[in-house]
Amino acid sequence: MSAIRVRKVWVEYGAQIVLEKLHLDIAAGDFVAIVGPSGCGKTTFLRLLLGQERPTRGALLLDGEAMPNEPDADRGIVFQRYSVFPHLTVLGNVLLGSELQGAPLLARLFGARRRERIAAARALLEEVGLGEHLHKYPSQLSGGMQQRLALAQALITRPKVLLLDEPFGALDPGIRAEIHVVLKRLWKETGVTIVMVTHDLREAFSLATRVVVFDRYRKRKEERTRYGATITQNIEVRKRDTGASLDAQNQLGRDDPATGERLGRDDLASAQQ
Amino acid sequence: MRRVMNVAPGRGSRWLLALLPFVLIALAYNFASAQRHAANPDDKVLPTASAMVDAMQRATQPDRRSGERVFWSDTAISLKRLGLGLAISIVIGLVLGMLIGLLPVAGATLSPLMAVVSMIPPMAILPILFIAFGLDELSKVVLIVIGVAPCLVRDLALKIGQLPSEQLIKAQTLGASTWQVMLRVALPQAMPRLIESLRLMLGPAFLFLISAEAISADAGLGYRIFLVRRYLAMDTILPYVAWITLLAFVADLLLVQLSRRAFPWAHLERRA
Repeated sequence: MSAIRVRKVWVEYGAQIVLEKLHLDIAAGDFVAIVGPSGCGKTTFLRLLLGQERPTRGALLLDGEAMPNEPDADRGIVFQRYSVFPHLTVLGNVLLGSELQGAPLLARLFGARRRERIAAARALLEEVGLGEHLHKYPSQLSGGMQQRLALAQALITRPKVLLLDEPFGALDPGIRAEIHVVLKRLWKETGVTIVMVTHDLREAFSLATRVVVFDRYRKRKEERTRYGATITQNIEVRKRDTGASLDAQNQLGRDDPATGERLGRDDLASAQQ
Repeated sequence: MRRVMNVAPGRGSRWLLALLPFVLIALAYNFASAQRHAANPDDKVLPTASAMVDAMQRATQPDRRSGERVFWSDTAISLKRLGLGLAISIVIGLVLGMLIGLLPVAGATLSPLMAVVSMIPPMAILPILFIAFGLDELSKVVLIVIGVAPCLVRDLALKIGQLPSEQLIKAQTLGASTWQVMLRVALPQAMPRLIESLRLMLGPAFLFLISAEAISADAGLGYRIFLVRRYLAMDTILPYVAWITLLAFVADLLLVQLSRRAFPWAHLERRA
């Protein structure tokens, strides 16, 4: 369980301002969904959290300490594509994290340690519904199975934070619903802090404890490069422990007139992509 | 009537169709050879099949003076040069290819050099190799290495550079160091490509081998061909050429099989 604090973060590419004045607290064990129109820096923000990119100004803290500016084992990630290794079997993919962390030189485990890690990997794969596909390669799996594999692969090394970059964007609705159940269960069991970027508002509101909206206040064409996107809404949807929804005032759904228009537009934007 | 482009041969007829051109070439050769021998029984340009068999029997028998079976000793020494040259090229290709493909600093330093070096015509520097490394084995192996290694380096660097950045990030989030990414992510995914490029480089490798042997050697398949050329001994040259072709063909087949066995994931049909 780890808390993330984002302190007055700006991201600029030369003269272009992408993100400005980001200020966000994510409590340990929270599940935060980030939504907003395309081109509003959602993925850039995720890359900041990942350490793939550095803020121009401001600070990102993980458990009170500055985040290292390269990816590390504290922060797991699942991308929309290419999250699993095509040259490893399902079991090999899930074992990889343990092997990398357990054997610095050879990146392979042997004997009792290997058997122990295989048992753990099998148990987790069983849980995400891949127990019968241990020796298949990712290209033999469907898209939904690949993403479940990616979740298992990321979570077996117990990262402090799990970052999800539109992980289910390419999946059919039915498969998406299945994988939501898996994700929710894994989140509850591991207590990992999750930050998910998504285009799907229903997904955001049904999974997350907190929904954060990224948008621009200034949208005129000539203003676009000089004013970045920022957090325009930060909505607590439900408490982590109970999982119950908060009162109606906080629970801004799709029908809410205050947000309906803005969020509805985003839905369209994602549909056009 | 179906369009021709939609007519596919069955399994059996595929074999027949594949054999057909070979049979036709053999028939045409035999016909031409018979014609020439009818005009001149001592013709050497298109020897008959039996003459070639005789020449090969002589070449596989122990030589009267040295006791060597010339054909086999030529084959052994040529394959040794070729194998050594390719093995060294593979090592250079893998090491430099991984460094250039994965490490931006190494790429910035070495990839322009590789781009230039791979454009050097190897045959043009053969005299330099003879002067620098002498006329024996070393210069022939070095010629193969100089001809093959830069292409392997560039190809592998390209392949590794094309690995999705998501994969490299993902490996880091699983705790991988640079070395571990090379060992567990880049190297295994480079191997099928290495085999592919090696298959393509077999032809050039033989070219460099035969050239070096033709110019300076005292044994080897290329040496023999260029030696007996002086006596217009087509009955030896043609079987030697066929043998070299067969060796390259078999090496190619073996590489395909190796890739399928060792890296099955690279040969799976991609799903959506």
